[in-house]
Amino acid sequence: MSKQYSDRNLGVKILFISVGVIFVVRLLVLQIFSSEYRELADMQALRHRTQYPARGLVYDRNGKLLVYNEIVYDLMVIPRMVAGLDTAYFCQQVGISREDFIAQMDKAKKYSHYAPSLFMKQVTKAEYARWQNQLYRFKGFYVQQRTLRIYEKPIAAHVLGYVGEVNDNDLQRDSYYQRGDYIGRSGLEKSYEELLRGRKGVKVMQVDVHNREIGSYQDGKFDSLPVEGSNLYTTLDADLQEYAEKIMANKRGCVVAIEPATGEVLALVSAPAYDPNLLVGNARGANYKKLSNDIAKPLFNRALQAQYPPGSIFKVAQAMTALNIGAVTPSTGFPCDKSVIGCHNHPAARSVQEAIKMSCNPYFYFTYKRVIQQGHEKNIYKDSQYGLTMWRDYMLRFGFGQRLDIDLPNVSSGMIPDTAYYNRWYGKDRWAFSTIYSNSIGQGEVLVVPLQMANLACIVANRGYYITPHLVRFHGPDSTRNDAFCQRHETGIRKDYFDIAVHGMYDVVHAPGGTGHRADVPGIDVCGKTGTAENKGADHSVFVSFAPMDNPRIAVAVYVENAAGGGGTWAAPISGLLIEKYLKGEVQRKDVERQYMEAAPCQKLPLAHKVKNKKKRR
Amino acid sequence: MNLKFDRLTIILYLILVLFGWVNIYAACYNESHAVIWDLSQQHGKQLLWIGITLVLAIVVLYIEPRFFSQGSYIIYGLVLLLLVATLFIGTATKGGLSWINIGSFKLQPSEFAKFATALAVAKYMSGLDVDIHKRNVQLTVLALIGIPMGLVLLQHDTGSALVFLCFFIPLYREGLSPALFVIGVAAIVLFVLALLINQYLLMGIVLLCCLFYLFVWLSKRSRRHYLHTAGVLAACCLFIFSVDFAFEHVLEPHQQSRIYVLLGKTDDIKQAGYNVHQSKIAIGSGGVTGKGFLKGTITKANFVPEQETDFIFCTVGEEWGFIGSTLLIGLYVALLVHLISMAERQRSTFARFYGYSVASILFIHLLINVGMVLGLLPVIGIPLPFFSYGGSSLLAFSIMLFVFIRQDAERNLLL
Repeated sequence: MSKQYSDRNLGVKILFISVGVIFVVRLLVLQIFSSEYRELADMQALRHRTQYPARGLVYDRNGKLLVYNEIVYDLMVIPRMVAGLDTAYFCQQVGISREDFIAQMDKAKKYSHYAPSLFMKQVTKAEYARWQNQLYRFKGFYVQQRTLRIYEKPIAAHVLGYVGEVNDNDLQRDSYYQRGDYIGRSGLEKSYEELLRGRKGVKVMQVDVHNREIGSYQDGKFDSLPVEGSNLYTTLDADLQEYAEKIMANKRGCVVAIEPATGEVLALVSAPAYDPNLLVGNARGANYKKLSNDIAKPLFNRALQAQYPPGSIFKVAQAMTALNIGAVTPSTGFPCDKSVIGCHNHPAARSVQEAIKMSCNPYFYFTYKRVIQQGHEKNIYKDSQYGLTMWRDYMLRFGFGQRLDIDLPNVSSGMIPDTAYYNRWYGKDRWAFSTIYSNSIGQGEVLVVPLQMANLACIVANRGYYITPHLVRFHGPDSTRNDAFCQRHETGIRKDYFDIAVHGMYDVVHAPGGTGHRADVPGIDVCGKTGTAENKGADHSVFVSFAPMDNPRIAVAVYVENAAGGGGTWAAPISGLLIEKYLKGEVQRKDVERQYMEAAPCQKLPLAHKVKNKKKRR
Repeated sequence: MNLKFDRLTIILYLILVLFGWVNIYAACYNESHAVIWDLSQQHGKQLLWIGITLVLAIVVLYIEPRFFSQGSYIIYGLVLLLLVATLFIGTATKGGLSWINIGSFKLQPSEFAKFATALAVAKYMSGLDVDIHKRNVQLTVLALIGIPMGLVLLQHDTGSALVFLCFFIPLYREGLSPALFVIGVAAIVLFVLALLINQYLLMGIVLLCCLFYLFVWLSKRSRRHYLHTAGVLAACCLFIFSVDFAFEHVLEPHQQSRIYVLLGKTDDIKQAGYNVHQSKIAIGSGGVTGKGFLKGTITKANFVPEQETDFIFCTVGEEWGFIGSTLLIGLYVALLVHLISMAERQRSTFARFYGYSVASILFIHLLINVGMVLGLLPVIGIPLPFFSYGGSSLLAFSIMLFVFIRQDAERNLLL
């Protein structure tokens, strides 16, 4: 019988082998042909813990700390793990009401029972210290460190900017960010975001079935250390900045101070300003709303974004242009003919230098006429087009009509009209000098950004060139510099013409008949130019200046909005105080200082709408 | 006496036991208990069990084989007594009632019942004039298998009870008609289809098959054919009608849900389907070469329950990958095929039947265990032989195997 069925062993063996083959095929499908399991495994067994680097610090030019980080604590909760909590005791310790506790808890549960939720945001170190040693009693709660930006002094908000949580746009644009990360929203925080943020590190942890971390994954093979953000060493002079903000505190307008030889911005003030610490932490939302609803627009950076008619300070650039293209000579004189354009009472200017000193409107009317209508073409319209194109080219060389490449975001370009602009406005061959002469005295279609005004002062101080104004000297551990901020931008105008401008501007402050005497600082040769810009409210008061006359160390533009009185009344004395503060370290003229600090000359907002642009497009 | 023990079997056995221990070590590894002989850990206990087992295995190799063939009914009787005792003094674990506490050790008599049954049936079949085609022989064999199987079933250990079905294989070798096997497979297919599709549709399909058989397949039809076909059709319909009833009333809820999960009717990866889902993740994430020893993230994090016992194959899949898993299955299949070859060369019916039984018991464990872990069969908790954590099963499987090795070494001495 044993032999009878012995061939049946083959069938049994085939059965065994086929089951083995089925298993191997199944393994093939699971392990090789489907990738989903690997992802599922990583998803549930690994947790990527981000290591946040400290954001870079910001210093002023003298090494004073402007911005640093403070550690705060986010109280987190995992609802499922909360057990045996004495709610009353918890609320009392942490300092929240019972209702808030219930609301937060419900919110967390709604999000997830197992994943951590934010329970309380940005608890300060001091608050945390009060209940830190009780935390072990609150099962299911833990704290997560975060850093907040802290501003050492309540100054330079417009320069430093602020950081905010990333939004959907940021997340889509740059994969570096994850929800909840911070990003620079304005100012240096925005323009140097990539340096300041450093690089996040990651720690891959293994979690077990209860979501507990059980150690690092593969001994940290996939971990990366965070790289600290680079520090910024700015060009700001904290003392000057603070002083300028103090002076501008009860005014509207702005101040830009630059070191002419280097283009380094010493102070940049937009008034009204705000304390940058307002836009940090828990109160941020409410404060931001308040600031953005303010009619005086404190969030608007006037120094970079406002486009004002420049007023008479523009005449300096007109004089240089006219001299360089040979429209006038240094000794050209024009009568003060008030029939062509309004002017104040003064003797006729017999030279370019005197014209600058006395800021004679008719003089620049005639000069501009020679620039625009050079007689190059017979047709007066064609001639004006030729002249305007050449003039505009010069204006661009002064940095007008274009965005200056400063290392801050949202800079306006100002406005220098071109032929296309007037052709569009009036029609081709429908305009000539008589249509556009207001430009000659910094009115009309011309608009200038305060930064460009300070840059104009730099160009005169440097006798013919400027370096792009900037706010960061160097950054990071290697003191990296930006080459673009070492490059000269030449105007191509002869240096001796600029000497005339320098002397004219010196006379403005020092000579009899000058318009800017109040900028005078004893012991310092201040050179300046007043401006009074007409607009819908009271005139704006403008003053650009630099000092000392030889080897200038500071160039300043001061713009005071709607201040009754011309440039000489408000902007000039404020410039004098700033120059004194910077060059002497301390203002000795305490009475003058007090006078202008206390003064609040700006017309109240909202402005009555009176149409006063009578000179426009006449 | 110069005995020649089959070396290949012993080597395959040792490889499986050692590789199994390595994977148990990985499954319950934690850094604070990395020492391999730490008896507070499962890998330490298993090492102790391996030691005990190897000593007993060597003892078995030098026991007269007659001890087992002559004493098979006694062993069978003792195990039956133990099984009955378990019902009264056993400890319940995980829904089952299959453990007896002896001091600090827990003994699982059902693991030894398979061994004892194999001995008893082999002994009975080796008797003179025992022909499996005879009705009374069939009934006796059915009783010998059915009694321990029923006792195990009473312990709510469905998995272990199913193992007794494997005795069909040695009985088939001895001449039992394969019709029973065909009917069994047909029943399973009908059962699954009845759960998946509408029962009237299924009956229609069966009817069509019958008509096809009668009028297309057969060239000549006799009255006998009509009668038989009608009988089969009636039996099928009755079976299909009873499936729903049996499923609802005979199977327990957890068994129902496990079958539903397997058939894809419920997709509950949090509860009933959790084990298999996690098991598939662990194995699937292993890829071609695996994550490496002690580097399995799912294994280490205890995502798969019963990882060191019934789901030990997950660890192999995750840490050793496709290559390691295939190699392991290859080892098992090699052992099984080799055991059949060994059984075939035996001169005594007892040794041959016993060898077939050993191979079949190991085979059905492999089939159910790995099939379950790979998500091909419903979750039925039985260990992977030589591999899973657990002293009783290791000891029982090893003694069972080594008794056969001893029988094999004896074969030349018999006439």
